[in-house]
Amino acid sequence: MNFDKELDASGLNCPLPILRTKKALAELGAGQVLKVVATDPGSVKDMQAFAKQTGNELLSSAEAGGKYQFFLKKK
Amino acid sequence: MKKLAIIATKGTLDWAYPPYILASTAAALGYEVQIFFTFYGLQLVRKDMSCLKVSPLGNPGMPMKMPFGPKWFRDINWNIPNIIQANIPGFESLATALMKQTIANNGVATIPELRELCQEAEVKFLACQMTVELFGFEHSDFIDGIDYVGAASFFEFAGESDICLYI
Repeated sequence: MNFDKELDASGLNCPLPILRTKKALAELGAGQVLKVVATDPGSVKDMQAFAKQTGNELLSSAEAGGKYQFFLKKK
Repeated sequence: MKKLAIIATKGTLDWAYPPYILASTAAALGYEVQIFFTFYGLQLVRKDMSCLKVSPLGNPGMPMKMPFGPKWFRDINWNIPNIIQANIPGFESLATALMKQTIANNGVATIPELRELCQEAEVKFLACQMTVELFGFEHSDFIDGIDYVGAASFFEFAGESDICLYI
């Protein structure tokens, strides 16, 4: 999937992946896509909750090799 | 915009986490957030936060595990009786150092980091003027940008809030 910016939140624990995601999204324009990589298992549900509450769209959420990958489209 | 009001009353390293984690997360979700620091919670807005410690004394819920060494060693729960803990000078400082190492090992944010994230996200800090005086603090002991108010001012915001937490 194409993306405009990548955020590596590996090794960070709650709530840092969400806070860093929020910051990274602030630097993007509407419709641009952010890729987030995280290792916190809690981030799977948290990223869904973040998207739902902020209106940014979670395009995909996947696990690969102990890491979680998210693609978020900025509102 | 949704509103979150928090009353922070505890002044230890472990209890510094809930208000700052919830406030910074809520702010990231678009909430307007205010934290009212009162009694021991005032320690959380001091310029110098080295006073924040964690005490295992009288806290049976706190696992006492070493943040270093091989796995079998890390897995041991050091169940030390209160009477012994209370008689070892510097026991709290030791427990605090071990807790800070555990926090770093787990990629958990430090309290100064979370407080800064709250400030960046424009979380509003209120301090209880009555307890500032009661404990003999000066406004210069605290970080900038704090409003010194009484209970009535807190209710002005809390009364309109969607969530109100006492921590």
